[in-house]
This record gives sequence, C-alpha cells and structure tokens, in this order.
Amino acid sequence: MMLIYSSPATWDALSQEERDQMERDHAELYRELVRSGEWVGGNPLADPSQSVGVRVRGGVPVTSDGPYAEVKEHLAGYDVVDCDSLQRALEIAARIPDAAVCGVEVRPIMEVTGMEM
Amino acid sequence: MAEPDDRDLEVLLRQLAPRVLGAVLRRSGDFDRTEDAVQEALLAASQQWPARGMPSNPHGWLVTVASRRLTDQWRSEAARRDREVNAAAMQPARAEAAADADSRPAADDTLSLLLLCCHPALSMASQVALTLRAVAGLTTAQIASAFLVPESTMTRRITRAKRSIQEAGARFGPPPDGDYADRLNAVLHTLYLIFNEGYTATGGEQLHRVELTSEAIRLTRQILRLLPEDGEIAGLLALMLLTEARRPARTTEDGALVPLAEQDRGRWDAALLGEGIDLITATLPRSRVGPYQLQAAIAAVHAEAGRAEDTDWPQIVALYRLLERRAPSPMVTLSHAVAVAMVDGPAAGLELIAPLENDDRMTAHHRLTAVRAHLLEMAGEYTEAKAAYRLAARQTTSRPERRYLSLRADQVSLPNSGGGGRTTPRTAG
Repeated sequence: MMLIYSSPATWDALSQEERDQMERDHAELYRELVRSGEWVGGNPLADPSQSVGVRVRGGVPVTSDGPYAEVKEHLAGYDVVDCDSLQRALEIAARIPDAAVCGVEVRPIMEVTGMEM
Repeated sequence: MAEPDDRDLEVLLRQLAPRVLGAVLRRSGDFDRTEDAVQEALLAASQQWPARGMPSNPHGWLVTVASRRLTDQWRSEAARRDREVNAAAMQPARAEAAADADSRPAADDTLSLLLLCCHPALSMASQVALTLRAVAGLTTAQIASAFLVPESTMTRRITRAKRSIQEAGARFGPPPDGDYADRLNAVLHTLYLIFNEGYTATGGEQLHRVELTSEAIRLTRQILRLLPEDGEIAGLLALMLLTEARRPARTTEDGALVPLAEQDRGRWDAALLGEGIDLITATLPRSRVGPYQLQAAIAAVHAEAGRAEDTDWPQIVALYRLLERRAPSPMVTLSHAVAVAMVDGPAAGLELIAPLENDDRMTAHHRLTAVRAHLLEMAGEYTEAKAAYRLAARQTTSRPERRYLSLRADQVSLPNSGGGGRTTPRTAG
C-alpha cells in the first residue's frame, strides 16, 4: 500500500498549475498500473478537518469531530498495488507526484495466509 | 446422459479445457483469441448442459463452439481491418494444422500449453495466472478470488500475459531443444507456486484457495504421466502429496497455525502420505537427484515419524546438507539449522544461521528472526528468545504467523513453560 502524505505547508506553496499537473501525473500513473494489471485500488482522502474520530470506552462509542490540532503531515490518499517485488513498489511510489512534494510511505498489506513453523 | 451436477460438470470442464484449447489452437495459431474463445465455450457449456443435458461428445461440442466463436471474431475484425491481410495470415497455419488435427494425444497439448504459459517473457505472477486459466480452466473471477485481487486486476494481468507471449513470438508447440530443460523447470516452479498459494491458506474466508492445491497436484500428475522418467516431476508431485497430507493438522478450526512438532499426526491423510512416500522411494534410486526430490525426501522422513520425537533428525540433516549443495538458499539454511540444532544442539544451529544476519535477502526477515528465537529458547536464553519472537511477530506480513509468533513470545515468559526442556522443532518442514 502506498500511503500518500501531504501537508498544508507543502500544498499551499504550490501554484494551481502545479497542482493540476500533479493530478494529471497521478492519473497517468493510474492508467499505467491498470494496464499492467498491478492496480488493486486507492482513493484520495478528504481533508483531515472532515474526519471524525471514534473511540469506544466502557462499551460506549464516543465520537469526536474537529477541530484537530493541525498536524504537520496527514494522510491524503492511498493506492493499493499488487506487484512482483518491493523494488517495483518503490519504483511506483517514486512516480506518485506527492513523493516529490511531501512524501509517500510504502507498507505491505498483511496477508491472511501463513506457513506453520 | 443424465444431468451432471454442478461440481462434476466443473471438474469435467476443467479436464477438457486444455485439450479443447490445444485442438483449436493447432488450427488457429492465435493463442490470445483462441484462449478467449475456449473460455466462452466453457461458459456456454456450464450454462447450457445442466439445462439441456450433456452432448454425446463433450470435447467435440466445445471444440465446435470455440471454433465458431473464433471464426465470428475473425470475421468481425476482418470487417474492421484489412480483410485480405488477415485472411492470408490465417491460411497457412490452418492448412498445416488440418492434417494432424485432433490426432495427437490430449496430454501432449497440456504440456505444450504449460510450456507456453510459463514462457520466460512473462512475470511469475502472469505465468501463474495464465496457467490457471488456460491449462487448469479456472475462470478469471476464480483466479482473482484465489489471489485476493479484484477481477479487473486479474483480467488485465491475463490480457497482458497473453500479449507478452505474442510479442515474444512464442508459438504453441515444443520449445527449442536448448531451452527445453529451463522451460520445464519454469513449469515445475509455477506449479509449485500455485500449490503453495493454496497450501498457505489458513481456512475460513480463504477456503476457495484449497482448490489451488488440488489443481497443482492434478496438473503435476498429468505431466508426470507424460514424462514418467523425469525424477524432478516425480519429486515435485511427492512433495505436494506429502505436504497436502498435513493440511488437516496444520491449522486449528479458527485458522491458527499448528507447528509441525505439535500437529496431531493422526489427522494426517494416510492415503496421500502413502502415495507420496511410495513415489519418492521409487524415484530417488533411479534418477539424478534434484531439489524437489530432496525436499520430498525430507517431508517423507517427517511423515514416517509416528510422533515428533521419533523423527530421524540425522537423516534430515544429511538431506538438508545435500539440498544446500544442490540448491542453496537462505530458507534452506534456516531449515538446515533447525535440524542441526536437533542433532548437535542449539549452538550449532545458531552458528549456521550467523552468516545470514549479513545477507541482504534476509535482513529484517521474520523467518530468520523466528528461527533465532527458537534456537535461543532451546539454548535457555529466554530473555533474548522472547525479544526475538516479538521482533519476528512485528516483521511478518502474515496475520496467522503474527498470531503464532506473539503467542510463542508470551509462552517463553511463563514460569512453567519448560522452554529449555523442549526438544521439538518450531521451524521445520
């Protein structure tokens, strides 16, 4: 999974033209991954100000919506790919435009299979 | 004939799939479109036969329907493209093939198809996917669900695989002599991967993966029937049978992993074990020994021990030593180390895995950490063992393995765990 990070500081520093270019680059990468059969899923995420926290304490769910303290970086989206190697995953991550602006974290998804030891 | 039930029909269609594909392909020479046409024919059969009854010649019915679909497709494409060029391109292949149409044995087609699907131009994932579709006759949806990816992803992968075959100029038929051994090895490796993908499933939501092991065994049986003198095919089949035999004992009902040493051996499948042991016993003396045979031999030694403590560890060590010479890999070294620890003590095992700590392939690998944890536990180094189990639990990307390793970590600290007294392996097989 490619966890795509953003931050108000980096985002606000971009011109509209640069933001549009990032969209186009990401769309192009998406098309490539669909063609290669490596694409599994992914979505951009709304701004963290739109999120609601849920905690269950003593069996009682408590929700909390913002305002959250502004964090430096937040999760802005994710892509899930199915590829042959970590090397290939890192290549794809480097192609995500946000990698050049803020950062992308690559993390394996847990499998439900396993070997007895 | 009576209406077949769904399951029987599916089995029959899968058996027929490569024969039908081979028969039509010999005439068409166009793998990509022919494979699509055969899938459509199989789908039509699965819909029509239960309602209208089975045709008297199912194979002929499928060949006819697939050929018709193919012709329809050519026709509509020819209308769009240059009709002359297209027709000319098709003609020689058809004429040449017409002479020997349907005369060759069906199994021959299965092997030719396997060799084509495991073409080196394809990635491993593509080889696996294409083999399951074109040779095993699974639908794209079934393959996608077995590999837990969306159907659209699998469709793309298969489409791309077929295109790669075309671009590489690979043809249906025997590969060049010089390539044959490598290509056959690739086929065995693909079958081995298909088997493993099915075997590592741990139950519940993953039940459909079980079919992958039976498909892998079925295909391996078929090529062994064709090439009975090949010791490695026999070794691979024996390895699959001996491993599959342990399936009922390898997980609990809730999907938790049970280590080899703690498995209820009464639940091992005796028929599969018997067949696997007979096969590897008959194969070893008469053929050049290879990695699959050695792994099968190791599995057979485990299978022959009625209780874990009866295991012939010196014999297993000897086999791992051969395997390390014949096909060295970090994973082999790890298993070798566990066996050595059973014979010469944990220090000898730790010594064997020490070089792996600096091996790039193994840095932060949970299996190395798990084996180190086990050997440390054997050595009575409980604090270090516990830390290593915890680390391994964090390193694995498998949920059942993480559960198992976390449990092991918890148990090391139990005052009465008797960790030092344990003589059974935690990592073997």
